[in-house]
Amino acid sequence: MSGTNRVSRVWTWALSALFTLTAGALHAQVSSDRLLRSSSEPQNWLTYSGNYAGQRYSLLRQIEPANVKNLELKWVFQEQSLQKFESTPLVVDGIMYLTQSPNDVIALDAKSGHVFWVYHYPVSPAARPCCGVVNRGVAIFGNTLFMATVDAHLVAIDATNGHPIWNTKVAEAAAGYAMTLSPLVVKDKVIVGVAGGEFGIRGFISAYDARTGAQAWRFYTIPGPGEPGHETWQGNDWEHGGAPAWVTGSYDPDLNLIYWGTGNPGPDFNISKRPGDNLYADSVVALDPDTGKLKWYFQFTPNDPYDYDSVQVPVLADADWNSAPRKLLLWGNRNGFFYVLDRTNGKFLFGRPFVKVNWARGLDDYGRPIVTPQPAGTPTFPGQQGGTNWYSPSYSPRTGLMYLSAWEDYSTVFVGIPAEYKEGQRYTAGANTGPIPGADSPGGGQHGPVNTYTEATGHGAVIALDPHTGERKWTFAMHDVTTSGILTTASDLLFTGGREGYFQALNARTGELLWKANLGGDIISGPVTYEVDGKQYISVDAGHAVFVFALR
Amino acid sequence: MATVASARAQNAAPSYPPADIEYGAKIFRAQCTGCHGVNGDQVAGVNLAAGQFRSVLSDADLRAVVSNGIPGTPMPPFHFDASELAGIVAYVRNMRNFDARNASSGDASRGESLFNGAGNCASCHRVNGKGPRVAPDLSDVGALRTADALGRILVDPTAAMLPVNRSVRAVLKNGKTITGRRLNEDTYSVQLIDEQEHLVSLDKSDLREFTVITTSLMPSYKDKLNDQQRADLVAYLLTLKGTK
Repeated sequence: MSGTNRVSRVWTWALSALFTLTAGALHAQVSSDRLLRSSSEPQNWLTYSGNYAGQRYSLLRQIEPANVKNLELKWVFQEQSLQKFESTPLVVDGIMYLTQSPNDVIALDAKSGHVFWVYHYPVSPAARPCCGVVNRGVAIFGNTLFMATVDAHLVAIDATNGHPIWNTKVAEAAAGYAMTLSPLVVKDKVIVGVAGGEFGIRGFISAYDARTGAQAWRFYTIPGPGEPGHETWQGNDWEHGGAPAWVTGSYDPDLNLIYWGTGNPGPDFNISKRPGDNLYADSVVALDPDTGKLKWYFQFTPNDPYDYDSVQVPVLADADWNSAPRKLLLWGNRNGFFYVLDRTNGKFLFGRPFVKVNWARGLDDYGRPIVTPQPAGTPTFPGQQGGTNWYSPSYSPRTGLMYLSAWEDYSTVFVGIPAEYKEGQRYTAGANTGPIPGADSPGGGQHGPVNTYTEATGHGAVIALDPHTGERKWTFAMHDVTTSGILTTASDLLFTGGREGYFQALNARTGELLWKANLGGDIISGPVTYEVDGKQYISVDAGHAVFVFALR
Repeated sequence: MATVASARAQNAAPSYPPADIEYGAKIFRAQCTGCHGVNGDQVAGVNLAAGQFRSVLSDADLRAVVSNGIPGTPMPPFHFDASELAGIVAYVRNMRNFDARNASSGDASRGESLFNGAGNCASCHRVNGKGPRVAPDLSDVGALRTADALGRILVDPTAAMLPVNRSVRAVLKNGKTITGRRLNEDTYSVQLIDEQEHLVSLDKSDLREFTVITTSLMPSYKDKLNDQQRADLVAYLLTLKGTK
């Protein structure tokens, strides 16, 4: 008896040791391989856009057009901030990782919203983001989260216990550099870009070793003396020429290229301060993620006087083009044009306006705008916030459609004024107004619950574009403008919000409204979807809270 | 002629723990003697050992002056963490009576060896990304807890344990038992990190049994280590300031 007991005890010990080791190994290890195949584990949301292709499209289909009316609120998380709430959460094996202003990371149970821990990063008082103390979410690699901070640091955080692992200074906050984007992890590197286009920064995209935080490379979005493209600047204009990179890029593993949008040249509105094309402002750059070397670029808006940042999430689509399969890059630009490029080499394939445009009468054979500057004091379409902006678009491989949050019939009277660069101070050189003197016009900020712009100064819409023709398949018009991202799913549902605070489900094929909930506050970020214990959830930020829905 | 300030300092002196005073002495020697001198009497109108200040009355005043500096004077602001500040205050209030020869000064490198070796601390605690997460991560404990508190934890872990760190034991209705360190709790649910280091959220309605264990899983080092070894361990823990 005693012998048997001893044996069984030894076995129990060995089994429990084995169990411990196995369980330890099961720790949320998000490998490069998992990130590459993130679409194939739709129960999780592993990157800002849901996959490297920037599509914000999920294979989940439990929630479908026939039952979406049965969605009900499962939980709410109230953030401890009154700043704009732009965080896209990650969901990894049942745990949600969310950020709240200024730079807190919160780990929650994705099923119930209960909080495991909060990491608070103390932001330097030197931080001076242009447009709100916002953060758009973390990235994950292995068991480590990465957060880009508003005072331009990159911080690595243990995903299990919320403790910081390393903290690398990326740029000088006092000089107007900030970071608001969710980083992009490619292989063993964490890639970020800086904001600060309104402060006369010299923009860049940088990669850091995920393990140590050491800088691996830096690509300046304004070429220095001797580098190709530097000739598109005069004198010292390039030193304070802006071209930030404040939204997350995309990645094509087959081509081993990352695609990143760049923002406005600086100062924003007075082009006499920076004659020339101002490369690589308002462009997409294709970089080698291992070295940061430029493979190609395409500039959407040369010598931009309108603040037409081209920081949109690059959407990668593999589709037929003139009857042959082609690797496409789809881009609904803030300047009001929709573009299709060949993402292997940056060749312009096609482009046309998707909203009313009068700053250019079209694009030439190379995609360069044929500009038609408007007379002083008259409105330019689209206005300063653009035909769309940084709000995540979506592309559904099932419908083959590109979905954009658009601002329709929206204009600004642009006025450039004199300005001199002073470190850390705003350098926009503009005094813009709405098209109707004295009346409110939608801008980048929030408004209260009363919409004072009305139909007179533009309105929002979700539009579905056929990438082959740029034609609208359908339009879902809103009264107020929309700053929401878009999510589509394999059940042909489209989820989006807007400034009015409605969270809406549309039929992705027809644009028909299938369900809506009034969440009572601006929806500024993009929705995500995930699954826990066989149940599909939809999450969206509205006002200052996260709302999570699932079927009854 | 005792001033109000020095009278107060003398009255309050007995309440400062020796470990904090010793830690403060180290910091004072490294950071303050350049201007104030070893005896604290080199700045005109100020004699720290005698309790003579220009403006400080309370310990809160002293912390404020050290943290904020005095504009218009050479006194700069110091970015001390909570345990350093406690040490500075304790030392300045006890400079007159402090005898470095009697201090059982800990050695941080010996403490680190104990932490990873004979003390067996690293088998439960994590430091700077290494070690298990079952017990609290100590990467920044030296900035959060005072020298005195760290010493007391080693002797009586249960008395010094923060209530949120208590272990819980939950038995599900299907009989499965889950134990771990509590991270959060409300009326209907509890969140914990289990022994396999998974973050787990449990609905109390799914549980057959739920127990909060009020005794610390950490053993007392009162008899396992001698005074010098515990001082070494505390000296090491005080070097753990977290990621800057």
